[in-house]
Amino acid sequence: MKTSRNKPRCGFDCRLNWRALASILGILVFASVSQAAKIGYLTETSWQEQAIEFWTLQQPSVRMAVLGTVLIGLCCGILGSFLVVRKLSLLGDTLSHAVLPGVAAGFLWNASKDPWVIFIGATAAGILGVALVGWIKSTTHLKEDSAMGMVLAGFYGLGITMTTMIQNMAMGNKSGLDKFFFGQASAFNGGDIQLLGIISAITILVLLFFYKEFLTISFDAGFAKGLGMPAQTLHYALMALLAFAVVVSLQAVGVVLVSALLITPAAAAFLLTDRMHWMLLLAALFGMLAGVLGAFISYLSNDLPTGPFIVLGATFIFLLAIYLGPRHGILPKMLRRRRQRKRIALENTLKAVFHLCEHGHFERRVFELKELAQERNTNLKSVEREVENLIKAHMAKVEEKDSHLEMSGQARFRLTSSGWLRACEIVRNHRLWELYLTNAAHYQVDHVHDDAEEIEHLLGEQLVKRLEDRLQNPITDPHGRLIPSREQVTV
Amino acid sequence: MRENFLPAFDFHRTFVEPWSAYFDNTIWIVVMGFLVAATCGLIGCFIILRRMALVGDAISHSLLPGITLAFLLTQSRDTLPMMIGAIAAGVVTVALIEAIRQSSRIKPDAAIGIVFSSLFAIGVVLISVFADSVDLDAECVLYGEIGWIPLEDQVVLGGHEIGPLPVIRMAAIAIIAIGLLLAFYKELLVTSFDAGLAASLGINPGRFQYGLTLFLSVVIVSSFESVGVILVIAMLIFPGATAMLLTDRLPRTLWLSALFSALYAVLGFHLATWLDASIAGGMSVVAGAVFTLVWIFAPRRGLLMKYVFKSHTNVGSSQSSQAEMTAS
Repeated sequence: MKTSRNKPRCGFDCRLNWRALASILGILVFASVSQAAKIGYLTETSWQEQAIEFWTLQQPSVRMAVLGTVLIGLCCGILGSFLVVRKLSLLGDTLSHAVLPGVAAGFLWNASKDPWVIFIGATAAGILGVALVGWIKSTTHLKEDSAMGMVLAGFYGLGITMTTMIQNMAMGNKSGLDKFFFGQASAFNGGDIQLLGIISAITILVLLFFYKEFLTISFDAGFAKGLGMPAQTLHYALMALLAFAVVVSLQAVGVVLVSALLITPAAAAFLLTDRMHWMLLLAALFGMLAGVLGAFISYLSNDLPTGPFIVLGATFIFLLAIYLGPRHGILPKMLRRRRQRKRIALENTLKAVFHLCEHGHFERRVFELKELAQERNTNLKSVEREVENLIKAHMAKVEEKDSHLEMSGQARFRLTSSGWLRACEIVRNHRLWELYLTNAAHYQVDHVHDDAEEIEHLLGEQLVKRLEDRLQNPITDPHGRLIPSREQVTV
Repeated sequence: MRENFLPAFDFHRTFVEPWSAYFDNTIWIVVMGFLVAATCGLIGCFIILRRMALVGDAISHSLLPGITLAFLLTQSRDTLPMMIGAIAAGVVTVALIEAIRQSSRIKPDAAIGIVFSSLFAIGVVLISVFADSVDLDAECVLYGEIGWIPLEDQVVLGGHEIGPLPVIRMAAIAIIAIGLLLAFYKELLVTSFDAGLAASLGINPGRFQYGLTLFLSVVIVSSFESVGVILVIAMLIFPGATAMLLTDRLPRTLWLSALFSALYAVLGFHLATWLDASIAGGMSVVAGAVFTLVWIFAPRRGLLMKYVFKSHTNVGSSQSSQAEMTAS
């Protein structure tokens, strides 16, 4: 299994040396064939034993299944990334349904499950389907989704008609065509793996050679045409690769669920990065992970199908990405928002304390909770909480040494130097912005407060500096109050 | 059982036998096919207009876990629990798609793909894990087969047998669909074409969107037994899309789609019986063929007319296509 452990690194190696990659893939393709053996002696054992058997990879059938699903995950992840960024995700779905008549026709050709013949038939059908979608879209006023739906359902219907006809034929009973609907990775044999390996190699090599071109047509087709790139040809080349990948994946995951392998890992990768090459690598990695996960779970018991578990594995990864993704994830976003809310609350309290100072002409430095409550226009309890938060952030301290802050209006506190600095900064931001709005944007003086109330928490140091330069280091705000100066802030 | 893929040509077998062999059953199967196609086609016109064709696809796939769960919970194949399970699945699907779209930067098409494939996978897993207790066949859900609908239980009304239960049930749903359509025609029309205008007229577009989605789930679940979840899409999209190539008026589109549905049922049944194949498959093949014919030969928009028109008066055609674009 050494070869498959090398796999995830291929993506990196190849950027430096694609020849090394090609040879690795070559070894992979041919090594896999030598391991060929049929799965099929899955005896009923406990799931723990099955699990151990799976991870030690002793059974050739397990190696076969793992290798197969890993390769599928790799291919579909990479190609799916292009679909997802081009907003063509459901074209993969259309394609996977459209191959069915091709599979049936390939089977009819010589009445056997010869992977190569089925492969050719299915690919032809898939490409025809995709071409039809484009053609319907360009020659009628029907929209893309209707065109995709029609091709999907029409081809699928044709496929079902042909499959049922085959099943009603004398030789049809042992056709095993039903495997194509839900997939069974344990059904992989040497021929399938060989095909898979070759397809993976072709996909990776084509993408390496034409990466720039594919990138350009994916993000700006017009620009690509302007550069003289054959956008149409490249599009169909991508579709052909896609058809290859879909067809070889059918055996493991089935017609209905192939599209999930194309979309879900790529979508998960899309959530985590903004760079296309990282997205490709991540999507390939997620696809392979999902493949192994699915193969593993379905190996635990005889009656568990592979395809759905691969899909659910991919969905699991997607859920992780959507919830925990560092930049776009729901949870980190929530945490960031909460932290910001907390900071804004703190800063509002500080501002109120500053106002208290200002009322006392900057002579008093110690304040009672009652005063703050009056200034903030709230009750004692919430003010107490606010001041506690300040104390936690080391921005204020209680004046009476031994007593804790208590529920009495007489409890006294003062700001620490860091608290005072922050308070000055906030008020300064507020007043600078008010001044900017009145002087530069010609707002009415009585209209600027609410706006400044929002922006004061968001102004960064550089922006403040630019405001100052623009306003020529002002001293008072439009209401005639002093703007705490930079020197005062730093003192 | 036969040896060859295509049966040998024989006038009697090809043209007469499909209709003469078991006419009593046959007629009900064709009626059922027509009802399914017509109901789907009717609601499908609006689905197409709202660019929800692939949402329909998603809902039809996610019905699998819905009906499986309903079956596991109630241990019966009654209509009501199935309906509830299906509607719940439909609502969950749409809600999940919306949730993914709003909470992340995933585009709607990818969201649709992720949601329906995950739900479908859950359904397949449920069926295979509880295979002993579930009397549902995943493949049956996938293909469906009108030929297998039970025709024995007759609905008796006033002492007369009026028809088999599944057919009458489908007819009831068709009538409800027509009733709802007549009742809310104006609202559906406005919300489908111009949600902004609808909102300014005091019609809540979101409510109609959800209502349509709910009814779509009902239609799909009542059709899946006959045509399977994937071919429901054919019945949803083909009639409306074919009709739209022929006319620009919504009422005419609706009439035409009903007409096409009848065509699908009759020809599809004929084709399937002749070839000894799935009737739902046959109906879709006919639907695809009819669309192709209309696509090529449609009087105004057909490929052929466009080609002829273009080769004669180049200037005129470019003008007319411009006019078309501004009109749309």
